[in-house]
Amino acid sequence: MRWGVLQFPGSCDERDALHACERTGAEARLVWHEERNLEGIDAVVVPGGFSYGDYLRAGAIARFSPAMEAVAEFAAAGGPVLGICNGFQVLCEAGLLPGALLLNENLRFTCRQLDLIAVDGPETGHIDTFEARRPTLSIPAKHGEGRYYAAEDDLDALEARGQVAYRYAPGENPNGSARDIAGVRNEAGNVVGLMPHPEHAVDPLTGSTDGLRVFEAVAAAGAAA
Amino acid sequence: MTVEVAKHRELGLTDSEFGLIVEKLGREPNAVELAMFSLLWSEHCAYKHSRKLLRRLPTEGERVVMGPGENAGAVDIGNGYAIAFKVESHNHPSAVEPFQGAATGVGGILRDVFALGARPIAILDSLRFGELDSVRSRHLLDGAVRGIGHYGNSIGVANVGGEIYFEAPYEHNCLVNAMCVGIAKQDDMVRAAAAGVGNAVVLMGASTGRDGIGGASVLASAELGEGDEAKRPTVQIGDPFEESKVLECCLELLEKGLLVSLQDLGAAGLTSSAAEMASAGGLGIDLDVARVPLREADMEPFEIMVSESQERMLGVVEPAKVAEVLAVCEKWQTGGAEVGAITASGQVRILRGEEVVGEMPVEALVDGCPLYDLSPAEPEGWIYGNRATLDSGSSAEETLLALLASPSVASKRWAFEQYDSVVGSRTVRRPESADAAVLQIPEAGNAIAVSIDGNGRRVACDPYAGTVEAVLECAQNLACVGAEPLGLTNCLNFGNPEKPTPAWQLDRAVSALADACNALGVPVVGGNVSLYNEGPEGPIYPTPVVGMVGELPDPAQACGSAFAREGDAIGLIGPFAPTLAGSELAKLRGELDSGLPQPEIIAVAAACATVRDAVRAGKLSSAHDISDGGIACALAECAIAGGIGCSVDLQPLRERGCSPEEALFGEGIGGFLFSGDSDVLTALGAVLIGETGGSTIELAAGDRSFTVGVGTAEGAWLSLQQRVEAVA
Repeated sequence: MRWGVLQFPGSCDERDALHACERTGAEARLVWHEERNLEGIDAVVVPGGFSYGDYLRAGAIARFSPAMEAVAEFAAAGGPVLGICNGFQVLCEAGLLPGALLLNENLRFTCRQLDLIAVDGPETGHIDTFEARRPTLSIPAKHGEGRYYAAEDDLDALEARGQVAYRYAPGENPNGSARDIAGVRNEAGNVVGLMPHPEHAVDPLTGSTDGLRVFEAVAAAGAAA
Repeated sequence: MTVEVAKHRELGLTDSEFGLIVEKLGREPNAVELAMFSLLWSEHCAYKHSRKLLRRLPTEGERVVMGPGENAGAVDIGNGYAIAFKVESHNHPSAVEPFQGAATGVGGILRDVFALGARPIAILDSLRFGELDSVRSRHLLDGAVRGIGHYGNSIGVANVGGEIYFEAPYEHNCLVNAMCVGIAKQDDMVRAAAAGVGNAVVLMGASTGRDGIGGASVLASAELGEGDEAKRPTVQIGDPFEESKVLECCLELLEKGLLVSLQDLGAAGLTSSAAEMASAGGLGIDLDVARVPLREADMEPFEIMVSESQERMLGVVEPAKVAEVLAVCEKWQTGGAEVGAITASGQVRILRGEEVVGEMPVEALVDGCPLYDLSPAEPEGWIYGNRATLDSGSSAEETLLALLASPSVASKRWAFEQYDSVVGSRTVRRPESADAAVLQIPEAGNAIAVSIDGNGRRVACDPYAGTVEAVLECAQNLACVGAEPLGLTNCLNFGNPEKPTPAWQLDRAVSALADACNALGVPVVGGNVSLYNEGPEGPIYPTPVVGMVGELPDPAQACGSAFAREGDAIGLIGPFAPTLAGSELAKLRGELDSGLPQPEIIAVAAACATVRDAVRAGKLSSAHDISDGGIACALAECAIAGGIGCSVDLQPLRERGCSPEEALFGEGIGGFLFSGDSDVLTALGAVLIGETGGSTIELAAGDRSFTVGVGTAEGAWLSLQQRVEAVA
């Protein structure tokens, strides 16, 4: 198993994501934003940060990079893709995931350790199967533009189709996201994006190892596809 | 070309300094030369009122890798790695335009650290504003916090700690001090000194514009006053994306061994970087302004030389490697231009194409500025105002809640949640979880602890004792997580040194810093001086801000400050003899006055060692030092953080001669609070004062005993956000 972690000018969390991939027992390498060749890569992380400075709009420039063109093809072929924070914004801008991320409701960047509920399947709020005894994942979120938005009809459809992947636990929503949505997946289930940072929850010393579950779930979705 | 006499005064030079320049050049300087001299001979660059004092500071030690004179200091952390760090002020820019002022303050200190070849891994900040009920203070606070967050978050460096105080003397002149910590492989580190005659000088990063012209002289080396709005163009505009690219570019260049030396462009821009590089190397430098990439085509040579446009670095490169260097710049989509060469002339020569537009001896520019002796005089009594906000008849319970809600004591969560504290995967102890931030250093198989402190009010009460306390406070914070100090950086924020009172405060503070560092065996590896911090009502509180870095072998053992278990004993250790002098309570009551008890440095150092060893041995459940608001506030903080109450009797402090009020709310250095097994605490020499448990904080001190719910205390302690945003 080998992960590829995209690296744009302005990426911040790419080395942390690389490290997290390795913590799952897999191999990982950085993929420069001008690279088009994803040969030998089994799963992709679009990491957090401020790609190209996030000027214009978060993720709006990165979606046009050569590496993202390759990721779009990779995803269309069923390859597993995980977008974290800015990576989630990029995937939404690229049309690989539904919805959009708006400025936080409090108009401030917010960094906080919080509890997430992993959602597996169309029944909303259903607790993920990979660790039923531990209903929530403790993972930090840190962003200024993380308020998930989609039209009401689209939100209903996303829930019905099981496309909500993560929700903020009750009372934990840091940004005013619609229906406490922290992350979504595409219809096929191989592309997942979330605002919180699982790569910063892979080491007991820094607070939690729950983030490993997020990486493992994406890898598993790829294996199943 | 003859320069009118008034011109040099406008640029901040005195008539006698101008005369000296004429003498050194053997002629009158032209406009380019005068602009360059005025910057390098400013207080900000030449330290002309502080350099003599700073010679008192100890700067050497076994672990010192780089000391003062480099872009930042660095200490050995083992396994071939070094930790680089420095604190710097951006006070006046922040007072004029808080968002950009604070943002570029962070940008500047990051460049100082990566100029050494170190990857920045942490930012801390020390902020001072006027009282929170002032609209201006809330505006400055909000802007500065947003600016620090904007820059640090965007570039991906964790902001792991800091402090904010609100005091009336900072109303017009806020303080924004930022500290950066970086890690470097010692083999890849580089100095700022120019070397190798014939080597190329390459300017990297952003293009040069008209922003920040005169920042060092007009803004940083003069008092703030009426008409500061007009100084807004002297504030630089930050672009963290550009910095992120130039950072990665420089680190790649150093890793590939392509740079001979590297220097950041900060205050005084190209002028100071070029002159200081040449001076440190004992060489000369030629710079061609026609080759500097510009934002505006019609810039004059002097503007190019003094521009403080951000996100620029100056490198010295062997001629054969220039092409490779420029290719790395291109890869990172950042600027790269060969703008000059290192010469043996001992001159800084400014060219525009073929034409020489300025030529000055390096020595005259960098070391020629006269150094001044101060004329210190101790003021008679308390010179700062103090408005009472708490009735002295308040009950002990009301007093505790008022102290917890006092903005300087209250939780700063509102601010630090706006900063990314986790990027980099190193942060083992985040803000508010322990007395010092802890970052793991897997490269060296250990960890570091970092703290930044400086209570200006106590320094105002007694500049010597207050400054000693700032150093000891840092050492105590480090001890609480089991760290041993390796080095110290400082930023001396004072008023106008040409006036007797600030001169006296500065003189006493530097002596105190030297004495405390000598006693602890901690070298000063770098720092910054910010003078002329005055508003219409007078000088700021004298504010030496101390940043300390320590080492700990095992980050897993770093103690938190939260009570961790019910039924733990609570112990007090250290030479703690609290009084109300200079305390938060004295301030709230309007009773501030000069004078503090003199701290027992050696006894505090011994207590730090005991605490450090106990924490490293994993014997304690929690450790917290006693500081603002006294032992009652310290206990409340432990209880709130852990969600566990406590029951404490302060009779042992009464036996040390404290009144009930002094025991509860008095302040002083040297006190630690622990929780853990009672036999462990007793064996450490701690005095047992109570135990953890329940959902209330029960305190007894003589005839003053009271109970406060942990939730009630937490409500008061978390009131800052409401107070900032309700009216903002």
